[in-house]
Amino acid sequence: MGAGAGGGRVTDTLSTEMPTKTDLPVPEKTDNGASATTSQASLRGELLRSMLLQRRFEERCAEAYALGKIGGFCHLYIGQEAISAGTMSVLRPDDYVVTSYRDHGQALARGIPARSVMAELFGRRAGCSHGKGGSMHLFDKSANFLGGHGIVGAHIPLAAGVAWAIKYRKGDQVCICFFGEAAVNIGAFHEALNMASLWSLPAVFIIENNRYGMGTAISRATANEDVSVRAAAYGMTGESVDAQDVFAVRDAVERAVAVARGAQRPTLLEMRTYRFMGHSMSDAASGTYRSREELEENMKRDPIVVLHDLMRKDGELSEGEFAKLDEEQKAICQDAWDFADGSPEPSVEDDLHADVLVDTTS
Amino acid sequence: MPVLTYREALTQALREELTRDERVFLMGEEVAQYNGAYKVSKGLLDEFGPMRIVDTPITELGFAGMGVGSAMVGLRPIIEFMTWNFALLAIDQVVNAAAKMLYMSGGQFPMPMVFRGPNGSALQLSAQHSQAWESWLAHIPGLKVCTPGTPADAKGLLKSAIRDDNPVVFLEGEMLYNTKGEVPDGEHIVPIGKAEVKREGGDCTIVAHGKMILVAMQTADALDKEGIAVEVVDLRTIRPMDIETISVSVQKTNRAVVLEEGWEICGVGAQVVDFIQRECFDDLDAPVVRVHQADVPMPYAKNLERAAKPDAAKAIAAVKKVMYLD
Repeated sequence: MGAGAGGGRVTDTLSTEMPTKTDLPVPEKTDNGASATTSQASLRGELLRSMLLQRRFEERCAEAYALGKIGGFCHLYIGQEAISAGTMSVLRPDDYVVTSYRDHGQALARGIPARSVMAELFGRRAGCSHGKGGSMHLFDKSANFLGGHGIVGAHIPLAAGVAWAIKYRKGDQVCICFFGEAAVNIGAFHEALNMASLWSLPAVFIIENNRYGMGTAISRATANEDVSVRAAAYGMTGESVDAQDVFAVRDAVERAVAVARGAQRPTLLEMRTYRFMGHSMSDAASGTYRSREELEENMKRDPIVVLHDLMRKDGELSEGEFAKLDEEQKAICQDAWDFADGSPEPSVEDDLHADVLVDTTS
Repeated sequence: MPVLTYREALTQALREELTRDERVFLMGEEVAQYNGAYKVSKGLLDEFGPMRIVDTPITELGFAGMGVGSAMVGLRPIIEFMTWNFALLAIDQVVNAAAKMLYMSGGQFPMPMVFRGPNGSALQLSAQHSQAWESWLAHIPGLKVCTPGTPADAKGLLKSAIRDDNPVVFLEGEMLYNTKGEVPDGEHIVPIGKAEVKREGGDCTIVAHGKMILVAMQTADALDKEGIAVEVVDLRTIRPMDIETISVSVQKTNRAVVLEEGWEICGVGAQVVDFIQRECFDDLDAPVVRVHQADVPMPYAKNLERAAKPDAAKAIAAVKKVMYLD
């Protein structure tokens, strides 16, 4: 990572190699070599579990959408799961997360129950937004998960405002903000990052660069495709990360969070990833704005496969253990489906007009 | 009772609420060191410091959004727009974020915040600086919209707005800042959603709000000399609108004129007329007449501007029309 406050130095840690063991976090006390290995294996296992849960969950989302159980717009995160898993793994429960409409994976990685997310997608009262928000507007106050926002880039100032509130209260939390690479061209990005740096706010801005803003390739939309260099315009540290490698994500976010928590400086991280599905459920994964060959080439670096291969190589996970982990995630998703399918819709009588305003008459 | 300007009444409300609740802060362009473009925040930086009276870059969308974010985690921001004309750059944050957050989060995230600033035309500021936005903003469920027309209402409504757990759009009259009136000291609260009969009369009701209260009172004075008793209903709040007070007045006078600063099409007056036809259809002795700005962008030339604006002469003609005296 580059220089801290105001340095404006931009570094590029984009890596095509697997992390070595020395890159991985180890416990402070390592008198017992076995315990360090166990800890590493358990961290890898947890990250693999998080990514698998997201993947299996969204495969069921696609199925539910086809069956008409999920309506409206539905944007899948498949291929990008290392970003949410790696990021959430370094956050404290009292940190804050603000994100865009491609939010299912992030909600799950933040620990919002699969039942609660699926019920929201099914438009049920038991959903995390009580059936009022849907796919694009997942909220959970108990997880400090502040949405799920549907206007590209418009939530970036919200994250700066959350970080402002942290500073106002002299807190040591951080606010994480996720958005796609297409959002860097909208004014809200510029306005928010300028103020976050001007006022030294504890925020980490994470660009999920999946290379397409809907159907428009970054090369057709952005004059300088190296989007993390935008940080220099705000005197902020910027960094690009190979986001198909969950430990590269975790490592970069961990450093940015430390700077936000300590020096209260914001960081801009570009996560280089690829979306394996269409922009939403209404476009094909390939064939119109990107080729099948390109898609297939990028799917070779599936973040789940990358981590699984690493663990297999290090003898940390047998085929049987992987299959068991996978089956557990599938069972969670089936349970979430059954729960959502069986839970009541919001009541027209009680819920339609509720929560437009806080009742201030009493 | 002390006599204050509308500006001083607003400053007093801000000072009292900043003192009462340390979650309240004021953010906007030139609010701190410059003491406010219209001096509404004069002296507050010295009193409350730079974390609570915050100068921003010229970045309406950005700082409006920051207000929304800070409200999500429990602060109570007051976002000042130097004028509401500039707030159009931030309207996404007002409409798509602040107004909808509580609903789309299933009740989890209230928005205890105020968006405030001068609204409407002043003198010869021409098209981009002379607009009344209340009909746009009052269209949106999830917002409350206040339009005080007197110093006392300015103070009382602003204190209510700051204490409200909902996003409140607070439209100040740019031409009202220097107007004077009696303002109660200390705890003076005007409830949001309550209109007030500013002048009683039995012949015709004028429904107005904001700066047009002055025009309505001038109209009533002038017509009084001709023996016509006008009742002036000051809406004070556009959303929620106090239908009861309008209805009671129109049921008494049987005639109504609706006076507003903005344009005709889909204006506030159109909504008032709709409520009147629903609630008072059998009471009306004449169709309701509306007075509003000419359907043009505000011109610069003094004579054209005067012709475009609603004024007492136009309101007098309207009252005479509904009384079949024209």
